[in-house]
Amino acid sequence: MTPLNAKALENLANELRIDIIEMLVEAKSGHPGGSLSAIDLVAGLWFSEMRGVESADHLAPQRDRFVLSKGHAVPALYAILARKGFIEKKELATLRKTGSRLQGHPDRVRMPIVEASTGSLGQGLSVALGLALGAQLDQSPSRVYCLMGDGEIQEGQVWEAAMAAPKFGVSNLCAIIDANNGQIDGPVSQVMPIEPLADKWRAFGWHVLEIDGHDCEQILSAYADARKQQEQGSKKPTLIIARTVKGKGVSFMEHQIGWHGVAPKAEEGTRAIDEIRKNGGQAK
Amino acid sequence: MSSGKATRQAFGESLARLGESNPQIVVLDADLAKSTKSELFAKKFPQRFFDLGIAEANMIGTAAGLAFAGKLPFLCSFGCFLTGRYDTIRLSVAYSQANVRMIGTHAGVGIGDDGHSQMGLEDIALMRALPQMGVFQPMDARETELLMDYLVNTWKGPAYIRLTRQNLPDLYPSATPFNPLKLLKLREMGQGSTRVALLGTGAGTAEAVKAAELLSGQGITASVWNVLSLKPFDEATVQTLAKECDWIVTVEDHSVIGGLASCVADAMATSGGKARLVRCGVQDTFGQSGEGEELLDLYGISGTQVASRTLAAIGSKR
Repeated sequence: MTPLNAKALENLANELRIDIIEMLVEAKSGHPGGSLSAIDLVAGLWFSEMRGVESADHLAPQRDRFVLSKGHAVPALYAILARKGFIEKKELATLRKTGSRLQGHPDRVRMPIVEASTGSLGQGLSVALGLALGAQLDQSPSRVYCLMGDGEIQEGQVWEAAMAAPKFGVSNLCAIIDANNGQIDGPVSQVMPIEPLADKWRAFGWHVLEIDGHDCEQILSAYADARKQQEQGSKKPTLIIARTVKGKGVSFMEHQIGWHGVAPKAEEGTRAIDEIRKNGGQAK
Repeated sequence: MSSGKATRQAFGESLARLGESNPQIVVLDADLAKSTKSELFAKKFPQRFFDLGIAEANMIGTAAGLAFAGKLPFLCSFGCFLTGRYDTIRLSVAYSQANVRMIGTHAGVGIGDDGHSQMGLEDIALMRALPQMGVFQPMDARETELLMDYLVNTWKGPAYIRLTRQNLPDLYPSATPFNPLKLLKLREMGQGSTRVALLGTGAGTAEAVKAAELLSGQGITASVWNVLSLKPFDEATVQTLAKECDWIVTVEDHSVIGGLASCVADAMATSGGKARLVRCGVQDTFGQSGEGEELLDLYGISGTQVASRTLAAIGSKR
């Protein structure tokens, strides 16, 4: 599959938003806010940036790997995996149902392509570091991506990993923070402030980029910049701080903490999908 | 008994040996490589050794990632520090079925001077509670070497291995086939009508042998069994012993809650046997500083204490 350009990616991401809403309505539970804020970023990886994951039939051992550390956003990942043929579209309806491999949070035993089992926040970056070290030992070109939430980085283990990655020179590691400023108890800036994010990660030795996490041009150029670090022999891992909107694309969900972990009812889902179709995800 | 070596030392030497034949082995430590003896590997294979600093949770997650990348990681720290990062072990290792070997040294009150904060006392209980987790505790240097070969060549999935700081006497009978998942009978002595089976694990096994020697002169037939694998646990042998013996005595330098005592009690509960149970180990309390041998005595784990507690239990039921 040819990597999608920014415009095609934008269109696809909005179709994926519809899949996410449909999945959550069917499941009657799940996390729309953080799935919708993350979808442009994750789709950019899977459809434009990552190599070796083009199709389920030819999964390269030296593939790029994606760790969804903010595991509650897994509907975004399942929607992508269905589009890419790793799972069947109709299987999306089994999300969170007994016996389904579409667990409420990623499960690498039931579904190896998710790479890491997550859901207890703060653990994914460490696993991604291990994957990056493994690729380095094997002199593999494999790159490793890890998406975290901004609330998630309140976990101490994240900072242990942040300290360790530059020591080992893993420029094949790219972490992304989906900075939607929302967590269950309220705005991140109130629950437990984390800024200044860029200064903190730079001080830890990371190559830091800051972008609009819904601008597909910016997303793709940030990923290209991160890859360049590795290709040009830099020793720094990259952190992309992506400023996003929780619930992006559905006006009644945007910026609303209440939509962190509540699924839309059928009627709300229909309204959301109509709006995404009409506005192409650009709700104002 | 000859004076042997610490199981951590035997571990470090085995790891350095196995590193030669298996290039997939990688080793992680959290600033305790000199104490855990992972430094023996680090000196030989610096490219495959990662010191993550004093940050155990990240070390555990990083090891999981290395395992997913096809490596065979051994991660090392004191048992209490490792198993204290329970949530990371629970999700990134156990639930993920990461092929990781977690080495927890400084088991029990036997470490002595440093006191409670450095003593692994609940680590077996914590690890046994996790599905898919193997839990092993060797009794001496030879058994540690054999276990290491098994962990590298045979065992699949996550495992926790508990090792001692202090030297332990050589007990493994030479030329005995290695069957890590079965109880190993070490001794049978005495000719009394009361039959006692003493089950030890780790440092507890040497104390069980000492206790058996004391008991065998007291009208008791005493057998000594070593428990290397606490999970999977050889329930069948315990259930047979529960029918054949009058008493089963467990000896461990670990809390009796969730350790060997609990493994044995669980097995006995469904055995239909007549045996009663004496649980020697740390009795739901904290450790403290002191000389290791003194502490083993104070906490009722030394051979003399095990023998006297066993006799007291037998006496109270006669």
